[in-house]
Amino acid sequence: MTATISPVPGPIDRSCRLPLFALFGCAAGWLVLSSIFGLAAAMTFHNPSLLANCPMFTLGRAYPTWAYLFIYGFGVPTAWGAGLWLMARLGRIKAMNPILITVGAKLWHVGVLVGLIGILSGDNSGFEWLELPRYAAVILFLAFMLMTVWLFMTCSWRTEPNLYPSQWFVLGAAFWFIWIFSTSVFLLQMHPVRGVVQAAIAWWFAGNLLNVWLTLAGLAVTVYVLPKLAGKPLHSYYLALFIFVTVALFGSWTGLPVHAPLPAWMGIFSSTAAALMIVPALALGLLVVKTTSGEGQPACMGGVLYFAKFGAFMLVLATLVSAVAACPVVARTTDFTWFTEGQIMLRLYGFFAMTMFAAVYHILPRVSGLEISLRRIRMHFWLAMPGSLLLALPLLVGGVRQGLRLADATVPFAATAQAAVLWVRISTLGETLIALGTLIFCVNVGWLILTYYRTLLKQQVTEALALQPVEVKS
Amino acid sequence: MVFLTAFVALAISWSGFVLVTQLQLGRVDQAKTIPAGEAYPLARSGQAMQGAEVYRSLGCVYCHSRQINQQGTTVEVTLVNAGTNSANVLGAIRTVAPQFGQIESLANVPKVLGQVADTAAADSLVTAISEAGGQAMVEILPSGPDISRHWGTRRSVAQDYIYDPVVQPGVRRFGPDLTDAGRMHPDAQWQLLHLYAPKTVVKDSTMPGHRFLFEQRKLGRNPTPEALPLAGDFAPPAGYEIVPTEAARSLVAYLLSLRADAPLYESPVTPPVPPATNDVAVVTK
Repeated sequence: MTATISPVPGPIDRSCRLPLFALFGCAAGWLVLSSIFGLAAAMTFHNPSLLANCPMFTLGRAYPTWAYLFIYGFGVPTAWGAGLWLMARLGRIKAMNPILITVGAKLWHVGVLVGLIGILSGDNSGFEWLELPRYAAVILFLAFMLMTVWLFMTCSWRTEPNLYPSQWFVLGAAFWFIWIFSTSVFLLQMHPVRGVVQAAIAWWFAGNLLNVWLTLAGLAVTVYVLPKLAGKPLHSYYLALFIFVTVALFGSWTGLPVHAPLPAWMGIFSSTAAALMIVPALALGLLVVKTTSGEGQPACMGGVLYFAKFGAFMLVLATLVSAVAACPVVARTTDFTWFTEGQIMLRLYGFFAMTMFAAVYHILPRVSGLEISLRRIRMHFWLAMPGSLLLALPLLVGGVRQGLRLADATVPFAATAQAAVLWVRISTLGETLIALGTLIFCVNVGWLILTYYRTLLKQQVTEALALQPVEVKS
Repeated sequence: MVFLTAFVALAISWSGFVLVTQLQLGRVDQAKTIPAGEAYPLARSGQAMQGAEVYRSLGCVYCHSRQINQQGTTVEVTLVNAGTNSANVLGAIRTVAPQFGQIESLANVPKVLGQVADTAAADSLVTAISEAGGQAMVEILPSGPDISRHWGTRRSVAQDYIYDPVVQPGVRRFGPDLTDAGRMHPDAQWQLLHLYAPKTVVKDSTMPGHRFLFEQRKLGRNPTPEALPLAGDFAPPAGYEIVPTEAARSLVAYLLSLRADAPLYESPVTPPVPPATNDVAVVTK
């Protein structure tokens, strides 16, 4: 890292610095904590009695904590921060009211902490991907609204009238989050609906969160970073628009298992929508290949571009896998097994986390004027990339083996779990690599922020000292 | 334009999966079982409701599902009584259900005649038999791996969940489905032992023990009545006993309240014969 802040960031980048430091800094910390709980949850399958006496680390608490910290601790703040920077940069306008955004960001992280304490002490809501207790949900919602108002203001006061695809994705993601989060918190926690409707709403939320919000938030970065770093324009705006529209249309219906105890039409609608998600997935594959192929490719394997490119391809793969698994015949085997986990890991770690790493590594140096050592970025890539594949793919294989045995009632239940053991062990290896990667990520982000303030302090001290003789003379 | 697309797309899905579901299922109430006409489900006891909170708080849903899938249904007709004129009954059977033509005699009742296409066909056969002086019974047998594993007797329907404070059908089966946990293992002590050290009652169990739900107490003059009968590797140190806490007792009350075997119009089934006593004999010792 260089000792001085140079080149000096422009006014737009400078306006985003404080909020982004607040958002990315804590997010990196939450991500490390999330990985630790992920590993603790995985330990249950290696040695059930190892952490069993500590309620906090039993699977039933560690798993929701992992998911919660990943989505609300790491996912939302990084995606939101990247969104703000893209909105300001592409709209050629300074971020509106960075101080209030920073207050919102801090409030968000306080909310995450409150939720974390709640979940660990057994106050989880019981709904997957919405594990946070009601009181934490209120704080998070207020914080999100406080920040997002200024995101929308930044967009509406932009000086560049034309919207770039990234901006559509950012606006879509923000809008989506507000709607699905408020509906689900209100109808599941504030004023709970009765019976199986709860399950339907929880699945609707999960589908929209994982298949739409995550996709939109990630693709906002992908369609900006890929052309920028590949040194070529985005292959087609229309294709990007097509992806946006199809993800919004089909993705919003996904999430309900086809054999759920709900009216049959719902499961069928949902599985059809999941199958139709192949359309945006293929379009995305085409967009990425066309945008990044050709001459002038940067030589550095494992740099920021590769995070984004790998992430985009993993989204294509994850969507294809979900589409196959949604087919009722396949779902009979793969539902209730490790396969579902594998598919989620592919989306969360393969696509989303990798894309967000690309965003943070691309944006932070620009807003701070400091470089992150390429060696450490590459080290992170070479842990995270094989880690996410080693985590997700064995779970897919293990899930199919488990599912085939579950579907055959003559196989004793213990044997169904046994069928996946080897594959779960391999996946834990992947999870360990990812955890090490997140540690490097946290160091990279933390070090940059610390260096920034240290350098700033040094500069101010030097300036103050340099001024002293003048003061003495006068 | 972009905003409008997003708004319309999300609004349609919201109306479909949130609004319509609420309209269709939000007011589902108790149903009557068939043919008995009893109200189902019945509200849980206060202790079981507290147990539901423990179930949620411990995150049991991350390993156990609570929904039964059914892949089909077979309808079987059994002759219970051939009456005084068995030839007449046999004739009636052959007329109404020619597929049972191979049946030669009606000795050894009750006798399973075989499967028929649906309940309507079964009803007409039963009517014909009773008109001929005999007596027959229809059995509706749901099928599928979940049912063969005895996790439930029929598929789950909306009514099964109306008294759950937090509805958790679950999407993982790292442990068995718990829809009918109360019917499978109706003995509270079995459930407590299973919570404390699963391997005491299920040899191959991969479930972690939940010892923090129990208290290790110094043995007084007399052992506490609720203390767990533990021996061998699982026994507490000499002079101590293991007593379930209030949370463990509530959780067990909830688990015992989990039963979804009532025959309903949406999900018909012939009620199973109550489990034989040897099913729980292992655990009561």
